[in-house]
Amino acid sequence: MDFDLSEEQRLLKESIDGLLTDSYDFEQRKKYMQEKGGWSKAVWSKLAEQGLLGLPFTEADGGFGAGGVETMIVMEALGKALVLEPYLATVVIGGGFLRHGGSAEQKAAHIPGIIDGSKTLAFAQLEKNSRYDLFDVTTTAKKKGAGWVIDGEKFVVLNGENADTLIVTARTKGERRDRNGIGVFLVPANAKGISKKGYPTQDGLHAADISFTSVEVGSDAAIGNPEDALPLIERVVDEARVALCAEAVGAMDESLKETVEYIKTRKQFGVAIGSFQSLQHRASDMFVAAEQARSMSMFATMAGDFEDAKERASAIAAAKVQIGKSLKFVGQQSIQLHGGIGMTMEAKIGHYFKRLTMIENTFGDTEYHLRRVADAGGLI
Amino acid sequence: MDLAFTKEEVAFREEVRAFFKDNVPPDTRRKMQEGRHLSKDEMVTWWRILNKKGWGVSHWPKEYGGTGWTSVQHYIFNEELQAYPAPQPLAFGVSMVGPVIYTFGNEAQKKQYLPRIANVDDWWCQGFSEPGSGSDLASLRTKAERKGDKWIINGQKTWTTLAQHADMIFCLCRTDPSAKKQMGISFIVFSMKSKGVTVRPIQTIDGGHEVNEVFFDNVEVPIENLIGEENKGWDYAKFLLGNERTGIARVGVSKERLRRIKELASKVESGGRPVIQDPTFREKLSACEIELKALELTQLRVVADEGKHGKGKPNPASSVLKIKGSEIQQTTTELLMEVIGPFAAPYDVHGDDGSNEAMDWTAQIAPSYFNNRKVSIYGGSNEIQRNIIAKAVLGL
Repeated sequence: MDFDLSEEQRLLKESIDGLLTDSYDFEQRKKYMQEKGGWSKAVWSKLAEQGLLGLPFTEADGGFGAGGVETMIVMEALGKALVLEPYLATVVIGGGFLRHGGSAEQKAAHIPGIIDGSKTLAFAQLEKNSRYDLFDVTTTAKKKGAGWVIDGEKFVVLNGENADTLIVTARTKGERRDRNGIGVFLVPANAKGISKKGYPTQDGLHAADISFTSVEVGSDAAIGNPEDALPLIERVVDEARVALCAEAVGAMDESLKETVEYIKTRKQFGVAIGSFQSLQHRASDMFVAAEQARSMSMFATMAGDFEDAKERASAIAAAKVQIGKSLKFVGQQSIQLHGGIGMTMEAKIGHYFKRLTMIENTFGDTEYHLRRVADAGGLI
Repeated sequence: MDLAFTKEEVAFREEVRAFFKDNVPPDTRRKMQEGRHLSKDEMVTWWRILNKKGWGVSHWPKEYGGTGWTSVQHYIFNEELQAYPAPQPLAFGVSMVGPVIYTFGNEAQKKQYLPRIANVDDWWCQGFSEPGSGSDLASLRTKAERKGDKWIINGQKTWTTLAQHADMIFCLCRTDPSAKKQMGISFIVFSMKSKGVTVRPIQTIDGGHEVNEVFFDNVEVPIENLIGEENKGWDYAKFLLGNERTGIARVGVSKERLRRIKELASKVESGGRPVIQDPTFREKLSACEIELKALELTQLRVVADEGKHGKGKPNPASSVLKIKGSEIQQTTTELLMEVIGPFAAPYDVHGDDGSNEAMDWTAQIAPSYFNNRKVSIYGGSNEIQRNIIAKAVLGL
């Protein structure tokens, strides 16, 4: 039983916090948003230089063999600074597919580019009617010779506009909601037959709707078993959920800190508004919500190592529920306690609220995961 | 970071479980599962079994009968005790006055009181709250005046839990009326059998008798019954209240109640099927379980922190425990009410005498719901807890 970071983990935390303190204040972030693609290549290179893009990969693959706790540390830091760069899409999700399902050749082809910062990835999964069900797939991948032909439409693909490689879920057999018959394919973003419509998301990130029309890929495109990749998808998406929990904890921490700071300095009726008990109690409830979220983020991080897949899934779903509830409360009340200024684009607080809100609706919202926990027979 | 218990800790948990299984009187366990009140005899019998095993005052220093367990072992012991369920040691003696006596008392007092607390030879009660002094405890008015070799005590205490069983009381009394609020208070202990002590029962909304008013009318108390220094009582009271940071979450109690909710929800029908199969109910139940899991983890963070870094500086997360712990306990009693629906209504006038078998499984559910409203009020109301977080943690 230990919730402390190891010496190496503490150093990692210091290093990423330090990097972001130097290069990611609110004004700098605004500038990065204006860059092509909506994020900073220079920051991405710095992350690569510090080895942060290679953290989860094995040493044999050129990485550092770090585990879930290290990802948690990084994601919390990214959440605190509202980082726009595609760490989740590239390292956590893209890297996750390669680590858990990639062949030696696929790893060799893609991991070095991730680690050195020269390549980014995107996960093309969401469909018009699939909502949060990962097995609800209508995009098809049909066998053609040794390779595959992919047809279908994917939506809100994070980093979809900028990525060099897309990781696409597609049905190789069966009906729309069958759990079998789903494959995962590595597709070059510039492949013939791909058309992308990119746009910024509400939280300042970038995504794209992507259509695939007779996109041909080779036999080496499938990650894992092309007829039974759902377990792989679920595993990687669970890791993405855990990472999002940590990012949300970082954003909540900062949101609470900013809010407490604000009500200590904002004066009305001749006194700091933080001296009013109704506001103090609200802030205390925000603290409670953030701490409960932190506990569940740690739990989810450690649950990543659970042997039992069902237990792991329930634990992570439960964490997403807690984080969803907490982030809504902390996010909304941060705006409320800031008053009018909280409603403006120029105050940082609203941007936390927006990112937190989008996190709730990524890979399953609170209701979705609550139902999952309930359907699995509860948690205790 | 590591969630797992060590091999030794797992073995310890097994040892604790086995001991409870072999030694908690079955009727005591059943009554606790059903949310019934236990008699004094039932409680004392169990506590003496525990004390004989050497676990009666587990967190005390070894020289006074403690176990020398790690903070994780204490956590395991408490959780298993709550979840079994069996009565926790009498807090007023074991967790409250005992630590004050071995920390601030003199040798004679340690010798006189500590072994009797451990074996519950004396049942202790707490004389803190007064009719005019609840959350604002330091405004208390019960006074102790020095007259020769005696204190003369006059005043009134209230919400005195199980004073009807008590042999001894530890009492905050004003000894210097001219001093400012917190400064003139002393910590005095005395026999409840003293002349001039009157106990009047208060019936709570669940129909039970847990709390009392206690009146002092010229009660004569030997001068040596002052613990520590005169007028330093407020410091001891703060020490006492801050002593138990983690047990207050009562995670084990809520776990046991969730088990019972599931058991009853599988039996009771609604819409032609067991309540547990109702999706809305199941989601509510799961939501409660998730809250409890988060609380359990928060508690473990505090426990692990104490184990590693000592009890010196409290982990800020510890202030979450009382608020969330009480809210979840209340939610579990609400869920039980929801499960039994219309059968919550009958009021069992027969008690646990076996004369009304049909009601045995439902009779205590509404009372337990009513009774549990107290948990967000006592031990520093949840509003006081929020004041503490605002001031001590957030610096507001």
